[in-house]
Amino acid sequence: MLRAALARVSTFRHGVHPPEHKELTAGAPIRRMPFPEELLLPARQHAGKPARIVVKKGDRVERGDVLATADGFVSSPVHASATGTVADVLWWPHPDGTSCMAVRLAVEPHSSQIARERRVPDWRGLEPEQIVRAVQDAGVVGLGGAAFPTHVKLVPPKDRRIDQVLLNGCECEPYLTTDHRLMAEQAERVHHGLRIMMRCLGVARAVIGIERNKPDAIAAMSAAVPKDLDVTILPLTVKYPQGAEKMLIEAVLGVEVPSGRLPLDVGVVVQNVASAATIAEVFETGMPLVERVVTVTGRGVRHPGNYVVPVGSKLSDVLAFCGGLTDDAREIVFGGPMMGVAQARLDVPLVKGTTGVVVLTEADLRADEAMACIRCGRCLDACPVYLNPSRLGLLARKGRYEEMEAAHLKDCMLCGCCSYVCPSRIPLSQLFQVGRSMAKRRAVHGGAP
Amino acid sequence: MSEPRLLVTASPHLSAPLSTSRVMWTVSASLLPVLCAAAWWFGISALLVLVAAVGGACTAERVFGRKGTLSDGSAVLTGLLLGLSLPPGFPMWMAFVGGAVGIGLGKAVFGGLGQNVFNPALLGRAFLQAAFPIAITTWARHHQGFFVLAGDTLAFPFTTPHPLDGTTSATPLGAFKFEGKATGLFDLVVGGTGGSIGETCDLAILVGGAWLAVLGLLAWRVPVAIFASVAGLSALLHAALPADGAYRCAGPLTMLWSGGLTLGAVYMATDPVTSPITKKGAWVFGAGIGALVVLIRVFGGLPEGVMYSVLIMNALVPLVDRATQPRVFGTGKQVAARGGPEAKS
Repeated sequence: MLRAALARVSTFRHGVHPPEHKELTAGAPIRRMPFPEELLLPARQHAGKPARIVVKKGDRVERGDVLATADGFVSSPVHASATGTVADVLWWPHPDGTSCMAVRLAVEPHSSQIARERRVPDWRGLEPEQIVRAVQDAGVVGLGGAAFPTHVKLVPPKDRRIDQVLLNGCECEPYLTTDHRLMAEQAERVHHGLRIMMRCLGVARAVIGIERNKPDAIAAMSAAVPKDLDVTILPLTVKYPQGAEKMLIEAVLGVEVPSGRLPLDVGVVVQNVASAATIAEVFETGMPLVERVVTVTGRGVRHPGNYVVPVGSKLSDVLAFCGGLTDDAREIVFGGPMMGVAQARLDVPLVKGTTGVVVLTEADLRADEAMACIRCGRCLDACPVYLNPSRLGLLARKGRYEEMEAAHLKDCMLCGCCSYVCPSRIPLSQLFQVGRSMAKRRAVHGGAP
Repeated sequence: MSEPRLLVTASPHLSAPLSTSRVMWTVSASLLPVLCAAAWWFGISALLVLVAAVGGACTAERVFGRKGTLSDGSAVLTGLLLGLSLPPGFPMWMAFVGGAVGIGLGKAVFGGLGQNVFNPALLGRAFLQAAFPIAITTWARHHQGFFVLAGDTLAFPFTTPHPLDGTTSATPLGAFKFEGKATGLFDLVVGGTGGSIGETCDLAILVGGAWLAVLGLLAWRVPVAIFASVAGLSALLHAALPADGAYRCAGPLTMLWSGGLTLGAVYMATDPVTSPITKKGAWVFGAGIGALVVLIRVFGGLPEGVMYSVLIMNALVPLVDRATQPRVFGTGKQVAARGGPEAKS
């Protein structure tokens, strides 16, 4: 592994390079969005078991108070992102396209929104278990989009040795600039969070992977590297999906995570830079995760920028703050345009995993009809996990889902590279999503779907 | 804020600009140097044959194909490639029939674009070879003047072709096989020989192919593998077979630059639909074509074998693909070796 690290492979193989469009917001300093009149906080804002709502209608809560507690270890609590009154506990549209129990919070008008003093333990005096506990209690989840509870990755299984922490500052999705701005503006805080993580995992080494299209972030992060820590800032070639855990590990260490295994199987824990900054903030102020940086961007929104948004703010409020939509706005995507989810309504809340709101216009979208596959092989060249998307797509169209599983469908990350390059506009990753849900259904019901 | 009409589609929400019809039209456009060379060497007859072949292909696409498929450009490309592989002076009506058969039997019956097993242009040519064996091996003399109609270009359908006394010439491969006569390398490369309309000027074909390669539209592994295997095998046989024996093999340079090899390697064998989708498969496929070409040219009854070589390898594509599937990320020996002790399951 040392040899591979010395070889300095600065990217992974395959992948694509879509137009970045980051210039819209890359230079925009992070600004705060004012508190909206009401917030909607879903109980499920993380991968894992949904949190259990512990407040009821009429309760008054302060900013940072618990609204829902973690239900088990792979779960994460939800906190009030503003001081106010619980107006309702109800089913509400979730940005992933489903519905979920949520707390509707009427934000107190004219409140200063300054929360009461919280006692903050010095992390240096804490045992790793106590740090993990504090991180879970603060509701910290992966802020890169997948929202996997951060504390779970701070507790490796006993039989695995973790050699190093890999901090993900790739932000490989087009348009998004939250991690970019965070690294450029709050490099010390990111390093502080990284230090806590390293202490917690008992590792001495860390690498921060940042794509080369963020020179100011690379400079700021390099300047802020603490003298007493073995932290390397590694600039990476710009390519999508470099921010995917397995791709980042290949880019930085030159090793492949075995199929069906986790990064810790190769001795690595991968965390997002924004998650690190949040951990630092938790131990600095005691305030749990109640707000995050969101890039609101695209040619369809009047004032693109990077904004600190209270978790649970409705899309309509965020858009109104950003000057509203232009007349040719056509599609609103939560997350980046490659893997993000298009929204059907404006009353969905922004959640912890919402990295960006990208408003695409007619000109950005291509409405070409799908044509037949001409077997050009571009999808094979693009697939970062070396699948044969052309064949998988054919199997999906014929409903041969069992064969798709035999062809390693489970290794697909749904990154969308194959659909992106397909000259025949075959919706490959959509077909694979269908194949995946059919596999899940078969696993639940057994036998034929 | 008024509620906008929102579009909800699956991710990814962006796509690369290249489209399939754009690929087809660009490949067709890249044939321009070849068309110019054809017009230079064979005059108006060549262009008339091309028009007829394209017309036949497009007519069949319009009749048998799904609505709107004519605009994807694949029928035009098939017609062009078929026309380029026919002799100058070939009756136009036959070329029209060839184009129609290529699209009709070569593509439409399989379900249209992307579904066919065999290269449609070569399937059309194989049909013509079977149906009109004399016409397709009658090679009008090159460079007779632009407006001189070569041979039977305008022959009325189903009439007996006229014998072309004094106006025909042998192809370099035919001359070598049957008369033991060699052709100069310069003539072979620039196209000053008898042969099919678009196959004689290798230089023009390579220019078109290079342009496609620059645009990233050429499956370059296939022609490279073909050229390498033809050069290697013919060098071997050239050294091994006596020059006056029953079977003789020309040197690698002659083998590479004569006949339809360049046109076949750069434009026919690279048809994505009928060639392997994997990179490893492309090498196997190309090497197979090259080997078959040499074997047919040296040991077969015909002087030329590019068409049959490509068609035979087309049939083997599913097998080649199956045998060369990519190694999935995180599987195989390399991973176990590099992953270290942590990777054991």
